[in-house]
Amino acid sequence: MPLFEVKDLTKRFGGLVAVESLTFQVEEGETVSIIGPNGAGKTTVFNLVAGFHQPTRGEVVFRGQNLIGKKPHQIALAGIGRTFQLVKPLRGLTVFENILVGAFAGATSDAEAREIAEDILAFTSLDSLRDAVADKLPIGLRKRLELARSLATRPKLILLDEVMSGLNPSESKEAVELIKRLRDDRGISAVAGVEHVMQVVMSISDRVIVLNHGRKIAEGRPEEVAKNREVITAYLGE
Amino acid sequence: MNKKRLLFIILSIFLLTAPYLFETRYSQHVLILVLLYVTLGSAWNILGGFAGQLSVGHAAFFGIGAYSAAILASKTSLSPWLGLALGPVVALPVALIVGRICFRLRGPYFTLATIAVSEVVRLVALNWRDLTGGAVGVVIRPSVFSGTDKVPYYYVILVMAVGTVALCQWISRRKLGYFLMAVREDEETAESIGIDTTRYKLIALSLSAAITALAGAFYANYFLFVDPTVVLPLALSVEIVLIAIIGGLGTVPGPVLGAVLLKLSSEVFRNYFEQANLLIYGALLILVILFMPDGLMGGFKKFLTGDKRRVTG
Repeated sequence: MPLFEVKDLTKRFGGLVAVESLTFQVEEGETVSIIGPNGAGKTTVFNLVAGFHQPTRGEVVFRGQNLIGKKPHQIALAGIGRTFQLVKPLRGLTVFENILVGAFAGATSDAEAREIAEDILAFTSLDSLRDAVADKLPIGLRKRLELARSLATRPKLILLDEVMSGLNPSESKEAVELIKRLRDDRGISAVAGVEHVMQVVMSISDRVIVLNHGRKIAEGRPEEVAKNREVITAYLGE
Repeated sequence: MNKKRLLFIILSIFLLTAPYLFETRYSQHVLILVLLYVTLGSAWNILGGFAGQLSVGHAAFFGIGAYSAAILASKTSLSPWLGLALGPVVALPVALIVGRICFRLRGPYFTLATIAVSEVVRLVALNWRDLTGGAVGVVIRPSVFSGTDKVPYYYVILVMAVGTVALCQWISRRKLGYFLMAVREDEETAESIGIDTTRYKLIALSLSAAITALAGAFYANYFLFVDPTVVLPLALSVEIVLIAIIGGLGTVPGPVLGAVLLKLSSEVFRNYFEQANLLIYGALLILVILFMPDGLMGGFKKFLTGDKRRVTG
């Protein structure tokens, strides 16, 4: 049984079909990228899976449990973490407090939460910014904090919405390293939405799903997908 | 740390001996008033400051507490102090129902809904004459402490105020406090890390409402008179909010400083400026808002450390 499975997922907003009959699976310890041009439906998929939107049709199954109809916090507690495309730090809180809040959600005691928060702080190399206020961080670090806060809830699967957008080349390189370490060091599965940085997609993904106008047009290993004619057409036009 | 301890000791001694340092009945009355508003501001701060849900309807809970105690004392021969327990017991279910409805709304809409709720409570009190006496109100016979000595009342409200501030301090360092702050900062983020935002808002409202009702019940026992214009006016809700905001939203010492500054200054202004007292009071508010946008606490912190972060502890 796969760790995570999406079946026939469909979302209509009025007349607009944002996601149409999407089906895919994620195995334990696997990093899957969902790519596609702007407006392809990636963020909608994340919002459906995380419970922020209700699908028109379809199923989302995680560790054998159907998540449809569950509230976002229930899905988070079930073991699915997420980051937001437009980062949403807890602005007035420090870096450490942001991570600690996440840790409290999954911990049974104060001491345990603090221990988890320290661990995540080190894992994401944010130690030196421990007492900085989240609101004052530059975008690259805010993105990293976004990931750290979600990691502190100790998810089995993490949804990364547009992890690379707005990052400069060196920040984006650091982000790639961090995402690889999620899988390699922590065994956390990930679904990453990436708009168009092919280099990033190639280096982080075990598998790639290509969306266009809400439909899956290709799926496979990164190097296969990169050669796919329909994918090239979707990105570059006829 | 040592400086803090010293300050703590001095403050404790002052608070314990205050009614004997200020022996006139008027100054004792002002002390009681300040502590009452410390309690109210701190209780409001749990919901408005920590959880970021700006209620401008807390007079409703104050009034419910005051009426519960007053009606109990006037219709039965039970000790009026039982009213202290009754206030929160009556206010709690009201808070839960109100929360269930109002927390569907966010931001300014939530605030408007709280105003509406408190107006509803005021109108009920005004018109349910059999129970509340309508506009005439409820008079309680003084039976708690003999004579007109204010000192015992001082110690009762001191315990409430210190207890409420201590509770806030405790919350601010625990999971509950962090969850409430997460709700305040961003509800979607809070949900995304597994926080049941509705539940935590209800917890904050319940605590806040129960303490506010407790303070209302104390008020009834102290003033021995309750009517809608005294315990249920919109102005009271606004004053509570002002105290917390002027002192420092979401900080533990904030409402304490706010209550001391605003209540003391309003008494002083009333004595010295007569009819112009509200004018001066308003000017003071504007000055604080202009020069200390994070409240007195934020202003002090910035002054002391140059650190601009919003204080949370």
